[in-house]
Amino acid sequence: MRVARLLTGAVLAVALTSCGAADGSEDAAEGPSGTLTVFAAASLTDVFTELGDRLEQDNPGLDIRFNFAGSSALATQIVQGAPADLFASANPQQMAVVTDAGLEAGEPVVFTENVLEIAVPAGNPGGVTGLADFADPDLVLSVCAAAVPCGAAAAEVFEAAGITPVPDTEEEDVRAGLTKVQLGEVDAALVYASDVRSAGPDVEGIPFPEAEQAINEYPLCVLEDAPNPAAAQAFADLVLSDEGRAALADAGFRPSS
Amino acid sequence: MSRPGAGRVPLPLAVPAALAVAFLVLPLVGLLVRAPWSSLGEQLTAPGVGQALRLSLLSATAATAVSLVLGVPLAWVLARSRIRGRTVLRALVTVPLVLPPVVGGVALFLVLGRQGIVGSWLEDAFGITVPFTTAAVVVAQTFVAMPFLVVSVEGALRAADARFEDVAATLGADRWTTFRRVTLPLVAPGVAAGAVLCWARALGEFGATITFAGNFPGTTQTMPTAVYLALQSEPEAAVVLSLVLLAVSLATLLLLRDRWLGRATP
Amino acid sequence: MTLSAQMAVQRGSLALDVAVEVADGEVLAVLGPNGAGKSTLLRVLAGLLPADAGRVAVDGTTWDDDGVHLPPHRRPLGMVFQDALLFPHLSVAENVAFGLRTRGHGRTAARAAADGWLARVGLDGLGGRRPAELSGGQAQRAALARALVGDPALLLLDEPLSALDARTRLTVRAELRRHLAEFAGSTVLVTHDPVDAMALADRVVVVEEGRVVQTGTPTDVGRRPRTDYVARLVGVSLLPGVGEGRTVQLDDGGEVAVAEEVTGPVFAAVRPESVALFLARPVGSPRNVWPLRLAGAVPHGTTVRCELAGAVPLVADVTATAFAELGLAPGSEVWAAVKASEVAVYAR
Repeated sequence: MRVARLLTGAVLAVALTSCGAADGSEDAAEGPSGTLTVFAAASLTDVFTELGDRLEQDNPGLDIRFNFAGSSALATQIVQGAPADLFASANPQQMAVVTDAGLEAGEPVVFTENVLEIAVPAGNPGGVTGLADFADPDLVLSVCAAAVPCGAAAAEVFEAAGITPVPDTEEEDVRAGLTKVQLGEVDAALVYASDVRSAGPDVEGIPFPEAEQAINEYPLCVLEDAPNPAAAQAFADLVLSDEGRAALADAGFRPSS
Repeated sequence: MSRPGAGRVPLPLAVPAALAVAFLVLPLVGLLVRAPWSSLGEQLTAPGVGQALRLSLLSATAATAVSLVLGVPLAWVLARSRIRGRTVLRALVTVPLVLPPVVGGVALFLVLGRQGIVGSWLEDAFGITVPFTTAAVVVAQTFVAMPFLVVSVEGALRAADARFEDVAATLGADRWTTFRRVTLPLVAPGVAAGAVLCWARALGEFGATITFAGNFPGTTQTMPTAVYLALQSEPEAAVVLSLVLLAVSLATLLLLRDRWLGRATP
Repeated sequence: MTLSAQMAVQRGSLALDVAVEVADGEVLAVLGPNGAGKSTLLRVLAGLLPADAGRVAVDGTTWDDDGVHLPPHRRPLGMVFQDALLFPHLSVAENVAFGLRTRGHGRTAARAAADGWLARVGLDGLGGRRPAELSGGQAQRAALARALVGDPALLLLDEPLSALDARTRLTVRAELRRHLAEFAGSTVLVTHDPVDAMALADRVVVVEEGRVVQTGTPTDVGRRPRTDYVARLVGVSLLPGVGEGRTVQLDDGGEVAVAEEVTGPVFAAVRPESVALFLARPVGSPRNVWPLRLAGAVPHGTTVRCELAGAVPLVADVTATAFAELGLAPGSEVWAAVKASEVAVYAR
């Protein structure tokens, strides 16, 4: 009997505390709360962190946790049962891995696009002017390996431009190429425009028209087994809002067409 | 030798040992189970595989050779000399053991890259550039793997009876002759074990290699890089490549074990 | 004098400060307890350990002095260690030839000389074996051959027999004695076994706590020990006192009658075989008769060595038969008698 009374007391206490917390902020009573887990492509690190901070500020009861990694790794983790609310992929192929497993709560939405840009070290020591320089054997050049998304995109633009590139290294991901540009060890690397923007003053970007041949679309979706679907939807709405688009544009992404 | 119960393992040792074996071997079993046996032949004969495997074996062997030439003397200095700052030196040379290999690759750029302290001089004076060459693969692997050799050879030197070196000195051998004719043969099993560790580590090296040497089929793409890239697009191919790497390294180690370590542990 | 050395070394709690001189063909035994600094002395002579101060010269060549340190490999010496320490990765013959090879002899000549020495130490035909295939005695013989093959000026022996079992030690000691007799250079033998010193050395230096406490011929040191350590080692009861005519008044009380007139501080030394034990006070000639108590007894060859406590502490050897007939047990009261003529007495 005593135990039962103690338990009742504890439950009451918890209930009261929760009410108290909810009463503290009127917005929070209607907005999302609890923990939100977002799995997002590594290229979204800066912009999603910023958007997440804003959403948390507006909703004091909300705690957002990010898992930034390569899209393929994230897709694998989700398929293996990782407890995620929302998945933002850097390409439709990895989103397809998730939707093929039937794990999406709704149709994936393309929320932004990324195009390739030529990244060169500050001051452009190699004198790179355009995509044609990737056929110059005297330059030290980096492209992504064909197996990874940025490599597939690179192959498309080279084919469209009729250029046979002579890279010195095929990177396993786009950041690895960017690091080598930052260190000044390669004259040029083919990376995404958002990567150039995130690299800061050590790296200059050279846009080129052939990039339009390989526009990379970023889809996101709320997941079927989301522990916190309301918060996930709130975050998706924020990304797709004008505020979200502006933040993405600042980070070098393009609005989706 | 055949005393009853002589080979019995006490339970408090047997249980954790069995768990350790399971922990280490089950992932391997996982790879074997998932391997696409039907398409194995096709995967193996893919053009990049042989190339990457050959480069891996060559570069790991070269890295081991460099590590032996430089690392054994270093181990001797650490174990036998009385130079000042030896403790600090020992801590420094084991840094690559704890450094994330990718960071190691960046650090190598800062030294041997074309903007690097030594690298820029090499390029100006001799027109030599190291990054993105097969030599860079060897450099990266040596950087990461040599500490394994140094640590195990130093351990062997410390365990070896230093009085044999005194004996050699009283027999007219200077320190170099003593090292060559007495110390080195005495610690040969330790050197061999260290070389094997070093070779295995170099063979599996990925982070420093892909950063400093890059990834280009034929010149700098090693098996681990190929595995990583395959993982991005065709996980099945990655499993096959991993198994190839495993099979080749196991076969090599078993062969060497008989030849090198056979005498030490009959 | 071919070896002339004087050295001061501070190592941990050990402060070694000794001087030794050894003539050509002479064998000097350095006798002392563990930790006395004997091995340190040898290591300094070999050049393996630099002395803090001192001088080592052999055949007029300075090996160590202020600002001079000849490295060990340039010293023409041979050294034999307690555990033989044959290089395990070389054959026995290669071990013996090692010193010749490092000193520039050709392979064939070195091998021939090694085989010759192996024959001299009785290991004919065993040159092809690995050290692990030799017995302890054989290994120590090979180590001796290895040390002597280069015809060194100085031979250093560091407890060369103490790792051997009793029977082997006896044979190897006899052989060592023969080789040392043939050896033309100086020999320094470090040992804690007085039998080694007695059997092998021409002269003995006793080192205790880093200092030389006694030097002399083996016989002299054995008969007239000057410290408790040596006395115990050679089995003599050492009784310090003051001579007053034919009597020595012991420092610890009691008196001992001696056969000669003595005055001033002296040692009286009594050998265990000179002590006779009786259950009742003996009548007759012996002038030294003391009632003592048996503190302990240990078999010692065919006799029993009895530790006696009382006014004049003594060690006595009695035959096993006598011991049994007397019915002695620890705590037994006995009378000990020693003839005055059996007491050695010498100035302190």
